[in-house]
Amino acid sequence: MESIKIRVKDINLYYGNHHALKNISIDIYDKAVTALIGPSGCGKSTFLRCLNRMNDLIPNVKIDGEIQIAGNDLSKYDVILLRKKVGMVFQKPNPFPMSIYENIAYGPKIHGIKSKSKLDDIVEKSLREAALWDEVKDRLKANALGLSGGQQQRLCIARTTAVEPEVLLMDEPTSALDPASTIKIEDMMESLKKQYTVIIVTHNMQQAGRISDFTAFFLNGELIEYDKTEKIFYKPRDKRTEDYITGRFG
Amino acid sequence: MNEIKKINNSRIAERMAFSLLWMFSMLTVIVLALIVSDIIIKGLPHISLSFLLEEPRKMGKSGGIFSVIVSTFYIVVLSALFAAPIGVAASVYLTEYAKEGPLLRIIRFGTEALAGVPSIIYGLFGYSFFVVFLGLKYSILSGALTLTLMILPIIVRTSEEAIKAVPRAYKEGSLALGATKLQTIRKIVIPSAMPGILTGLILGIGRVVGESAAVIYTAGSSLGVPKSILRPGRTLSVHLYTLASEGLSTENTYATAVVLIALVFIINFTANTLINKIYIARRR
Amino acid sequence: MRLGEKITVKLLLACAGISILGIVLIAVFIFKEGWSIIGKTGIIDFLFGDQWAPTNGIYGIFPMILGSIYVTIGALIIGVPIGVGCAIYLAEIAPSRLSAIIKLGVEILAGIPSVIYGLYGMTTIVPIIRNIFNNQGFSILAGSIVLGIMILPTIINISKDSIEAVPKEYKEGSLALGSSHWQAIIKVILPAARSGIVASIMLGMGRAVGETMAVIMITGNSTLIPESILSPVRTLTGNIGIEMGYASGEHQKALFATGIVLFVFIMILNLMAKLMPNKVGE
Repeated sequence: MESIKIRVKDINLYYGNHHALKNISIDIYDKAVTALIGPSGCGKSTFLRCLNRMNDLIPNVKIDGEIQIAGNDLSKYDVILLRKKVGMVFQKPNPFPMSIYENIAYGPKIHGIKSKSKLDDIVEKSLREAALWDEVKDRLKANALGLSGGQQQRLCIARTTAVEPEVLLMDEPTSALDPASTIKIEDMMESLKKQYTVIIVTHNMQQAGRISDFTAFFLNGELIEYDKTEKIFYKPRDKRTEDYITGRFG
Repeated sequence: MNEIKKINNSRIAERMAFSLLWMFSMLTVIVLALIVSDIIIKGLPHISLSFLLEEPRKMGKSGGIFSVIVSTFYIVVLSALFAAPIGVAASVYLTEYAKEGPLLRIIRFGTEALAGVPSIIYGLFGYSFFVVFLGLKYSILSGALTLTLMILPIIVRTSEEAIKAVPRAYKEGSLALGATKLQTIRKIVIPSAMPGILTGLILGIGRVVGESAAVIYTAGSSLGVPKSILRPGRTLSVHLYTLASEGLSTENTYATAVVLIALVFIINFTANTLINKIYIARRR
Repeated sequence: MRLGEKITVKLLLACAGISILGIVLIAVFIFKEGWSIIGKTGIIDFLFGDQWAPTNGIYGIFPMILGSIYVTIGALIIGVPIGVGCAIYLAEIAPSRLSAIIKLGVEILAGIPSVIYGLYGMTTIVPIIRNIFNNQGFSILAGSIVLGIMILPTIINISKDSIEAVPKEYKEGSLALGSSHWQAIIKVILPAARSGIVASIMLGMGRAVGETMAVIMITGNSTLIPESILSPVRTLTGNIGIEMGYASGEHQKALFATGIVLFVFIMILNLMAKLMPNKVGE
């Protein structure tokens, strides 16, 4: 049985006067893939961004409640260290306008790694993990912006794992990609979850069903149901979950 | 933990860097305050109604600046009269009629090149072309024509932006009613773009008022109210330069400077704030 | 299109063409008046001759070229760090109310006429230098300080725009990897904005080189090759501005020739600034 990596208690988030997240409580398991599903605007991405405090960047945001990651209270934890330990891959791939090598090496360099041989090793390891090494190993100095969309996203995944996080947050990582790239990234999930806690926001239910161990269904800022993926998809307890799964809305 | 230590170091570096940048920004504001306050403190006491309405005496050593104000007014009005229609017409062509291609690129190059020419070169050109070649001699007219060229890029640029900002829906509505393109431009587009056009014009006027190098060698520096635009005249900036470099009268120098700054401030304030307020109010 | 409309459009085109006509006329007349002197003196002797003695028919503008270069470099040394630093602060760090005040200040600074800068330099900066260094006060240093202030708005505005144009995703990506804000600024945002910042510096340089009135009032206008930053100096613009009032004949043509050099140099600068690749990452 996996252990609990992230404990969330009674999170309420307000954008100004808009109550965007209502009393979210959830325990997320380590070494597993948890999918957050729900219709547009239901708060799943907002919730995801609470876990690495990226919501701090938005003005007028107020957050109540408690989040613990590996026993550490998020509000008291150093936010820069937090973001090293909790990595994020964004919906639209955002490689830096630098070489492929520099993109991957960026994180480790920021955190103090200077030795070239160490950086070389990290770059290769991360690119292999992201199933990108074979495609780019001969052109590490090439500009990352020249890669295809799918390759760029795998680069971003490699960039994120290069800093050795414990949790991987993925915000609709394949929604901007073509089907072939999507499959490549979905195939990564098995190996990724062996090392990290993976939380993935997706509006593609089939994807959630394919790759996740646990699923959480969000609606209008509330967490409606959270359980093992098979339970959610084949025997949901809440009627709203069932309606969403069967395609009645969203 | 080694990690925490490294992060704290980068935090310290960040704090130092941000403080330095804050200081640089404050420096910019402080310098501005120093300059403006210096001028105002030394000049304001010497401003009086008589200063503004009297003619300069003894080459400006005493007396007022009335004729200088008049010359400045003449040159400003004349430049605006020339530059506005040409500039707006040019921007209309560029936004509504011109097609991508070499002609458009050449025109744009011309406008940008004009914008980059330093004022002393305008002065040399104005002298050799308007004053000498066309025989206009040192005159308000020569000065105004030179300044027209100088502020043309400003007017074209801001008018272009203003016209581009007019919603397509307005234009399409007019054309759908059977109006021609020209009628649409005249009756719908230009009135709608007017705040932006006026802003550009006023900014151009601000530039004219502040100019000296281009004006000295075209409009001359004779004191005395010009009897016509074919006569020379000394503008505010030129007068200030003359007073300052010849050291005739500190009081009058600073008083002139205050008038100049005040004029420029009023002009810029009008351009940025007043125009928008008037037009927003009118729309309601 | 009907006839009336066709004629009107041709008129509009003519107005648009006045820009081209203008710049061509400017180039033609400046060259026309000045070229003969360059031909007579020889371009090498004109540009590198270190004696400017119009009464003897000697026209060497090397001291003025040096004067322009030194004063401009000095202006950049002062203006670039403060300007780019202020741009970074405004674009990335400043809280909005402070930002509004600073922006207003920059706008006002941009509108101040050059004679006012000259007046302030002459009556405040020059005496300070005179007191500290026990010399004339009119110097490269004075020119650099005042010009440095004058080019601040150019550098600040264009750099700020370049920084703000950098896609927000880069900053987000950097922060998500555990970088500090400052690290994100210097390692990702600034490099991405580099070409715009460089363009702003070039335009600032053009502004400094082209400035006349303020420079005349504070640099001392000596025609000797300057020995240090405390030496008085004459710039290309100053050369024209001071003597144009009384020059005639060949002397006047020599001033136009100075104008040619100035014109060409600034046109090249502006062209380079325009051609700076402005796509992120290039």
